[in-house]
Amino acid sequence: MANVPENLHYSKDHEWVRVEGDTAVIGITDHAQDQLGDVVYVELPKSSDEFAANDSFGSVESVKAVSEIFTPVTGSVTAVNESLADEPEKVNKDPYGDGWMIKIRMSKPGEVDSLLTAAEYEDFTKAESE
Amino acid sequence: MVEFSGWDMPVQYPAGTVNEHVRTRTYAGLFDVSHMGEIDVRGRDAIAFVNRVTSNDAGRLVDGQAQYSALTTPEGTVIDDLLVYRFAEDRLLLVVNAGTTEKDWDWIGSHRGKVNAELRNSSAEYCQLALQGPGALGILQKLTDVPLAEIKYYHFREGEVDAVPAIVSRTGYTGEDGFEVYAASETAEQLWNKILDAGNFGSDDGVLPCGLAARNTLRLEAGMCLYGHEIDETTTLLEANLGWICKLSKSEFIGRDRLLKQKEEGVKRKLIGFEVTDSGIARDGQDVLIDARRVGQVTSGSPAPYLKRNIGMAYVPVEFAIEGREIEIDVRGRLVSARVVSMPFYKRKK
Repeated sequence: MANVPENLHYSKDHEWVRVEGDTAVIGITDHAQDQLGDVVYVELPKSSDEFAANDSFGSVESVKAVSEIFTPVTGSVTAVNESLADEPEKVNKDPYGDGWMIKIRMSKPGEVDSLLTAAEYEDFTKAESE
Repeated sequence: MVEFSGWDMPVQYPAGTVNEHVRTRTYAGLFDVSHMGEIDVRGRDAIAFVNRVTSNDAGRLVDGQAQYSALTTPEGTVIDDLLVYRFAEDRLLLVVNAGTTEKDWDWIGSHRGKVNAELRNSSAEYCQLALQGPGALGILQKLTDVPLAEIKYYHFREGEVDAVPAIVSRTGYTGEDGFEVYAASETAEQLWNKILDAGNFGSDDGVLPCGLAARNTLRLEAGMCLYGHEIDETTTLLEANLGWICKLSKSEFIGRDRLLKQKEEGVKRKLIGFEVTDSGIARDGQDVLIDARRVGQVTSGSPAPYLKRNIGMAYVPVEFAIEGREIEIDVRGRLVSARVVSMPFYKRKK
């Protein structure tokens, strides 16, 4: 069973958001990394790039497949996890920790309220796999 | 699991593609390739008939030997690639791709004419397990009296594996030493489990069951063609560097005239191997650019888990098919630099 921490917000594209003040830390869920398999490449934006909610901000590639990653919130990028360039496997090993992808300063903090809770996301992935 | 040519097949097992791939290079991987098709050809004209529909020379085979070959169209393009096994002068077995078995069967049947050769689609009767890697011989030998070390590459023996009648063939699709075992389909589970046990599956460095993804990355590293990617009915054997299976001086075969002509005139495009030199991963179907001009397409592109490089194959105009030539790949709108390199990308140490 995939790990779905309680304290995070989730998107239907399988990203998670952790709110730290006005900043959103974003990554992909345990379920997503499990579906992808071994992550071998992560393409991320540059700091200060601007994104609207649901924009694609990069891609994550396994041996077999490429998946776009979308930001669930609007804002500008304040940090990217540069270490994923050399150690993309962190996305598999620690998707909610060392495998984080970007930090965004939210310009519309209210957007997180429309994201899924842990329980809702769990139901969503269950329904999706049926 | 994915649907693959009518079969439900795992893309990967729990260990994951990278582990499966690397373990096959360092010790052993086991592949259930029962989806492959088998066509029996029996009769006095078996060899003559197979020689008429395939490009390699089945007349050169001796009993107990196999060869890589292709079914060709009159244009010299490829209906399918296959293995031809010779059991006896009047008994051959063709092992073909799953997705093309019906097409091959119809094609071969339509060219039978009046020859003395009986054809039978026996695909459902066989399972096929491929045990590949430097540890394959030691593992399989625990289960059979067939003296495996005596079987030369691209040769086979009939015998028993775990008391099950089987064909043991020293062939594979990974670039490693290894064996392909054909047996009655109902014995698949028994053989699968016994081979995993014999290879200490579950221990840290034991054999790993491998899925379709690892099968693809292993053959790509080994520079081998995959039907529907490098070869199909729009590509000729010569363009795909498969001139070595075109025996143009043997007896007449379908497509020979066109292949002879193409050989004389020279091919206009050629299959090359490339290595991505930027960061980025080339994927199947992406455009290849040379001097800002779109000149071809990637046929297979992937990370290479053992070599730890991003590699691929592509067709380019023959004037660019030169080792070291700089090319670019359009990776979803981003131009990524790559370089033409010689194939195979990976060659095992003998």
